[in-house]
Amino acid sequence: MKISTFFYTLWQGVRNLFRNGWYSLASISTIAACLFLFGLFFSVVFNIRNILLTAEEAVSITVFFNDDVSDERVKEIGEEIKKRTEVASVQFHDDDEIWAEFGEAYYGPDYAEGFPENPLEGDHNYEVFLSDVSMQDNLVNWLQSKSEIRKVNYSEVTADTLTGVNSLIAYVSIAIIAILLAVSIFLISNTVRVGISVRAEEISIMKYVGATDFFVRAPFVLEGMLIGLIGSVIPLLLIHELYDYVISYVTERFAVLSSMLNFLQIDEIFKYLMPVCLIVGVGIGFIGSLATVRKHLRV
Amino acid sequence: MTSKEKKQLKRDKFVEENGIICLENVSMNYPEQGAPAIDNISLRINRGEFVFITGDSGSGKSTMIKLLLRELVATHGNVFVNGYNTKKLRHGQIPQFRRNLGVVFQDFRLLRDRNVYENVAFAQRIIEVPSSQMRRNVPNILSMVGLAGKYKSDVRKLSGGEQQRVALARALINKPSILLADEPTGNLDPNNSWEIMKMIEEINEMGTTVVVVTHSPEIVNAMKKRVVTMRKGIIVSDEEEGLYINED
Repeated sequence: MKISTFFYTLWQGVRNLFRNGWYSLASISTIAACLFLFGLFFSVVFNIRNILLTAEEAVSITVFFNDDVSDERVKEIGEEIKKRTEVASVQFHDDDEIWAEFGEAYYGPDYAEGFPENPLEGDHNYEVFLSDVSMQDNLVNWLQSKSEIRKVNYSEVTADTLTGVNSLIAYVSIAIIAILLAVSIFLISNTVRVGISVRAEEISIMKYVGATDFFVRAPFVLEGMLIGLIGSVIPLLLIHELYDYVISYVTERFAVLSSMLNFLQIDEIFKYLMPVCLIVGVGIGFIGSLATVRKHLRV
Repeated sequence: MTSKEKKQLKRDKFVEENGIICLENVSMNYPEQGAPAIDNISLRINRGEFVFITGDSGSGKSTMIKLLLRELVATHGNVFVNGYNTKKLRHGQIPQFRRNLGVVFQDFRLLRDRNVYENVAFAQRIIEVPSSQMRRNVPNILSMVGLAGKYKSDVRKLSGGEQQRVALARALINKPSILLADEPTGNLDPNNSWEIMKMIEEINEMGTTVVVVTHSPEIVNAMKKRVVTMRKGIIVSDEEEGLYINED
C-alpha cells in the first residue's frame, strides 16, 4: 500500500466524523454519558474503600506481658510480631511513659510525679496495627499461644463489622461496576453498529467499485476509535474538574464527619479510571466498528 | 515471464476462445425460493459486443448481473468473466477482479456524502492512481459525460440524469473491459434515458464490451443490438439486432 493511500484512509476516517455529524454526536454523547456514570460510581466506590481502609488501619491490638518476662524477651517477641504478615506496624509503650501520658492527659502536668510508684508498672505493651483486619483472629490466636503474654486486648466486634462492611461494599461495587460496564459496552457497541449499518450501502458501493476490505474498513474503524476516544475523554475531563469541587462541598457540608472522611486525591483515582475509560471507549469503538463493517463486506 | 503474466496470458487466450463473458450451464438457486432464479443457461459474449438482457421481473436478469459481478456464486455451472472463473475467486481476489468491470445501477449508488469529483476519483483512489494523474483523469472523464462544470457539486443536488452520468464516469474512469449496466435508465425520463444510452453506445464503440439489463422496449427496439431475452430463469431467445419480446 502506498503511503498516500494510508494517509487518505486516515483522512477519510477523520472526515467521516464530520460528514456524519449527527451520528458522531449521538455516539459520542452515548459513550460519554455511559462512561461518566461509570466514572462517577468508580470514584465513589474508590473513596468508600479508602475510608474503610483508613478505619481498618486504626484498629489495633494491645499485647501485655507477664511481670517476670525480661526486657530482652519482650524485644524478641516484638520482633516476631513485626514479621507477621497480618501486621502493618508495631508500637512499643513503656509503662512509665504510659503513666506520664495518662496523668498529663487527665489531671494535668506533673500529676504523675506526685506518686512514689508507678501504678501502671508492668503494663508496658505493644500496640499492633493490622494490615488486614479480617486476619485479626489469626494473630490473636498466635499471640495467646505465647506463655509470656499475659493479655491480648482486641475488639472482635469492630474487626468483624469492618470486615463485613468491607466485603459487602466490595461485592456490591464489583457487581454494580460490572453491570455499568456491561451496559456501557452494550450501548456503545450498539451505537457504533447502528451508525455503520445505516451506511451499509456506502460500503457495498465501495466494494462494487473494487475497493479492498482494508480500504473500506480503515476509515470506519478509525472513525469508531475517534468517537470512542472523544466519548471517553469528555467524562474524564468532567470528573477531573468536578471532583475537587464536590469533595470540598461534602467536607464543608458535613464538617462533623470531616475527620472520618479521608478522600482520595483525583490523581489516585485517575491512575485506574483513565486507562479503564480509554480502553472501554477506544476498544469498543475499534472492535464494534471492525465487527460491524466486516458483516457488510461480504458483497 | 512472471507467473502473474503467464496467468494473464492464459486468461487472454480463454477470452479469445470462449468470449469475454462465458456462462456454462449455469444455475442459481436461492435457498428461500423453490424454483431456480437461473436454470441451466449458457451464454457467450465476445469482446466489444453490446448486449441487451431483457425480460420481465423475476426472469433472472438481475441475478445474472450479480453472478457477473461475483456478488453471487452459481450453484451449478461456471461463470467466466474476463477469463476469471468467478467460482474459483478467493475473497481477497474479488477487488482486483472488479476493477476490470464498470458497473452502473438504476439507483445510481453514489457516495452521497461526497461531491461529483470525489465520487469519480474514488474509483481511482482504490487502484492507487497518483494524485497528479487523478487530477487530469477526473476532469477528462467528467467532460466526456458532460459534467465538467459540476465537479464540485453535491451529488444529492443533481438531477437523476446527472447522477447517472456521474455513476457512468465512475464506472469508466479506470477503463474497464466490460461495462455492466443494471436498468441504467429505470429512474430517468425519456430524454435523459436516451442521452445515457447514447453515451453507453459511444463507450461501446471505443471498444468496451457492454451488457445492459433493461425492460424498456423503446430503447431495445431503437438501438438494434444483440438482445438476449430471459423468462423464468432461462434464455428464450438470443438474436443479433433483436427486438424486445413481450411475455404475452
